[in-house]
Amino acid sequence: MDWLFFSEIGLAGVGSGGLYALTGLALVLIYKATRVVNMAIGEILMFGAYVFMGFSAGLALPMWAAIPLAILVTGLMGGVIERLIIRPMLGESAISIFMVTIGLGSVLVGLVEIIWGANPQRLVEFMPSDPIFIGEAYLSSKVGYAFAIAAVVLGLFLIVFRTWRGGVALRATAGDQAAAYSMGINVPGVFSSVWVITAMISAGAGILVGSIGGISPNMGVYGLSVLVVVIVGGLDSLLGALIAGVLVGIIETYAGAYLGGEYKMLATFCLLVLVLVVRPYGLFGTHEIERL
Amino acid sequence: MQMRQVSQSARSIEPPLLNQEILAVDRVSLSFGGVKALSNVSFSVKEGSITSVIGPNGAGKTSLFNSISGFYKPSEGDVRFLGENVNKITAPERAERGMARTFQNIALFKGMTVLDNIKLGRHAHLKTNVLDALFYFGRARREECELRREIEERIIDFLEIDHIRNQSVANLSYGLQKRVELARALAMQPKILLLDEPVAGMNREETEDMARFILDVKEEWGVTVLMVEHDMGLVMDLSDHVVCLNFGKVITEGLPGDVQAHPDVISAYLGSGDVAALRKKFKEGK
Amino acid sequence: MRIGTAKENYLHDAALFDTNVQRAWMVALAAALLVLPFISGQYIGYLVCLVLINIVSTTGLNILTGFTGLVSLGQAAFMGVGAYTVAILEINAGTPFLLNLLIAGGAASLVGVVVGLPSLRVKGLYLAIATIAASVILHFVFANWTSVTGGVSGLTMPPASIFGFELVQPNQVYWIIMPITVVMLFGAANLFRTRIGRAFIAIRDRDISAEVLGIRLLRYKLLSFAISSFYAGVAGGLWAYFFRVITPESFPLMMSIFFLAAIIVGGMGSILGGILGAVFMTMVPEILKMMVGVLSPIWPDAVAVMSPVRIIVFGGLIIFFLIFEPDGLAEIWRNIRRFFHLWPFRT
Repeated sequence: MDWLFFSEIGLAGVGSGGLYALTGLALVLIYKATRVVNMAIGEILMFGAYVFMGFSAGLALPMWAAIPLAILVTGLMGGVIERLIIRPMLGESAISIFMVTIGLGSVLVGLVEIIWGANPQRLVEFMPSDPIFIGEAYLSSKVGYAFAIAAVVLGLFLIVFRTWRGGVALRATAGDQAAAYSMGINVPGVFSSVWVITAMISAGAGILVGSIGGISPNMGVYGLSVLVVVIVGGLDSLLGALIAGVLVGIIETYAGAYLGGEYKMLATFCLLVLVLVVRPYGLFGTHEIERL
Repeated sequence: MQMRQVSQSARSIEPPLLNQEILAVDRVSLSFGGVKALSNVSFSVKEGSITSVIGPNGAGKTSLFNSISGFYKPSEGDVRFLGENVNKITAPERAERGMARTFQNIALFKGMTVLDNIKLGRHAHLKTNVLDALFYFGRARREECELRREIEERIIDFLEIDHIRNQSVANLSYGLQKRVELARALAMQPKILLLDEPVAGMNREETEDMARFILDVKEEWGVTVLMVEHDMGLVMDLSDHVVCLNFGKVITEGLPGDVQAHPDVISAYLGSGDVAALRKKFKEGK
Repeated sequence: MRIGTAKENYLHDAALFDTNVQRAWMVALAAALLVLPFISGQYIGYLVCLVLINIVSTTGLNILTGFTGLVSLGQAAFMGVGAYTVAILEINAGTPFLLNLLIAGGAASLVGVVVGLPSLRVKGLYLAIATIAASVILHFVFANWTSVTGGVSGLTMPPASIFGFELVQPNQVYWIIMPITVVMLFGAANLFRTRIGRAFIAIRDRDISAEVLGIRLLRYKLLSFAISSFYAGVAGGLWAYFFRVITPESFPLMMSIFFLAAIIVGGMGSILGGILGAVFMTMVPEILKMMVGVLSPIWPDAVAVMSPVRIIVFGGLIIFFLIFEPDGLAEIWRNIRRFFHLWPFRT
């Protein structure tokens, strides 16, 4: 066995796991605040990447403008989505809203295909391309930087979430919407801001993912892996998303490297099945007690 | 068909064997994490009686019901039904053996009509399998027809709900919903009927109707009744035996009058403590 | 309550079609179904067969999702199991098509039960996601178990035959597809007149109280999975006889979303809804195609935009119906009927 290769794959796995963790965080955040599993997360991520392409390649804006603009525009779109199709579903069953987001995902794919075409594209390079060596192990610079950026964003986010007043409002809303509302928390406001924030996070992740592997309208499939991440970690656990993100990243990369690319999805979903059978509510998720 | 009909009704009108215990709760404890919802609860229900469980809010009455019907597994102790220890028996099997219940926060199925809700109660006693059902020949058709006739004649007429049989349960008033729940429980061909607050939230008239139904169920159907109820008037009028629960423990049990007069019961409901002493404490500045 | 519909016994009261008008319509519909292949051209024949196949699969999904409340995104993969089973049997064994279809249904329903097993412990969203896993894993099997499934290039199979007569054209395969669809629709409708259907609905509405009322949850959830995927398997088998080329890409996740959209648009928990939804959703792309045909002289890009617009319309319909008419086309249909029955009075 080639240990150097093995550890290089491991590094790459951790790197892509960082991006999973970041997107998983967005998914968990929406779930915590609104009890909605957003099946369109992969498509929002894709949308963000395409908007970035539009700004950077289409309008030829410099990076320092294109990235924030793409994130802002996607965030805005998140707000619009919440206002137009999630808000009217308030109070409906989780399953209905789940299906609405499936519909949303396919609308986004169609929109992207109309605007930018169905062919895969490459993003403008914006990360340094010198390879990184950790010890002797080689790591693609893009993966390395993407991981670093994801880690910083995650860290910042966790601090804000724990300390800022809005974080408390969000957790209160998650606990009991009606009670939070009667305590004077602007629940619709929380909903909107959660959708905006998560759309922004996803856009950021989309730009990173896209700059590593290119973008295409099928990129939404990425959302499926993220779905596995949050189920494995536990739908309502931020910590779970982080750990499971890295775990899924590693497993997927190893499967891809040793078994072949077509085994990536298989490995991820086998992990999902295993977790569902052994720990149905994820590694760190809470199992709600049912009452009659 | 007609023959079977008669023999079935005849069986349930048989005079109950009085004084035989149908259900026994034996030192049952139930805890959720650190919270002890029930500790060491024991009592028994005599066949053909109406037994009531009373107690202040949070005393563990519904937890007790859930343990009896198999929704919760008691952490210690046994529940015996018809002489058989049912600890290891799942809720659906207990239903099959003749335990029927209604729920505190009505649990009717909103997507079905009143009639279908009632028919659902018979589920465990029907034999139709998938193939019968898909083709709706023979057994399925016969069984459905028989069931329909019996429900119409014995339950819907009895509970006076014939005007709403084809309505969706979501549109019914609270009192009627409770009545449909009772109907569904009766369709289960129960040996014991567990009623969780059968008249909660009802007005005077509805309460009186329900009281009459409960009495008739006992007398005409020969079904044993175990109920949780806060309406003391109803409990005292109907019950043969009363069990009082507080903080998950049985404080006392016995005849309605005795329980009502028991000092512990009074203190459980009105609060304990010497009022004069308390007042004195306040005056002295805490 | 409708007037002029007095029943004389309980059997009549429980009938599927309870008025003479309804029965007359059914006779007319049956006649139309019998005459159709003789008067329809290739294109209409093709469409009708496609609609019928989709009706079978949609009805199956409706049993599981609409009636039992278990959301599944595996319907297309279950169809794939059925299609591959039929193809393999037809190529290797050459057994009669009816038997093949039954085995296809059986195979799919076995797979369905395995996929449904997690419903022992998880429900709602978790279960939906487990069905996605099933569909990914099945896709992998279709694409990589080359010795059996032919790998990515798939299988090409001979047509079905009755008494040595080969059914090749849509208007010929129709004679397999139509009767089976009708039988399966009646089966589904009958199911909900009995204890099994009631148990499904009870599980959907409030599973934990259903359990206390004597319904064994796991058994009935699995039964629902089994029946639903049996329908998918048969639909897949019919699909195989219809197209005769099966590849792993024939049954993508998108197709499962199509069926989900069909029951949402048609009406969850309504047999009529499943039918309406399948018809509607199958016709949408065809209508779009026609519009493209009209538009392309004026707007040359119309053809290129066709596929994304189709995806948008799918998604848009799901969203629209969930927000504005959660009971779907079936409810709209009932309202129209009520309007005409009561006319000139208003409800």
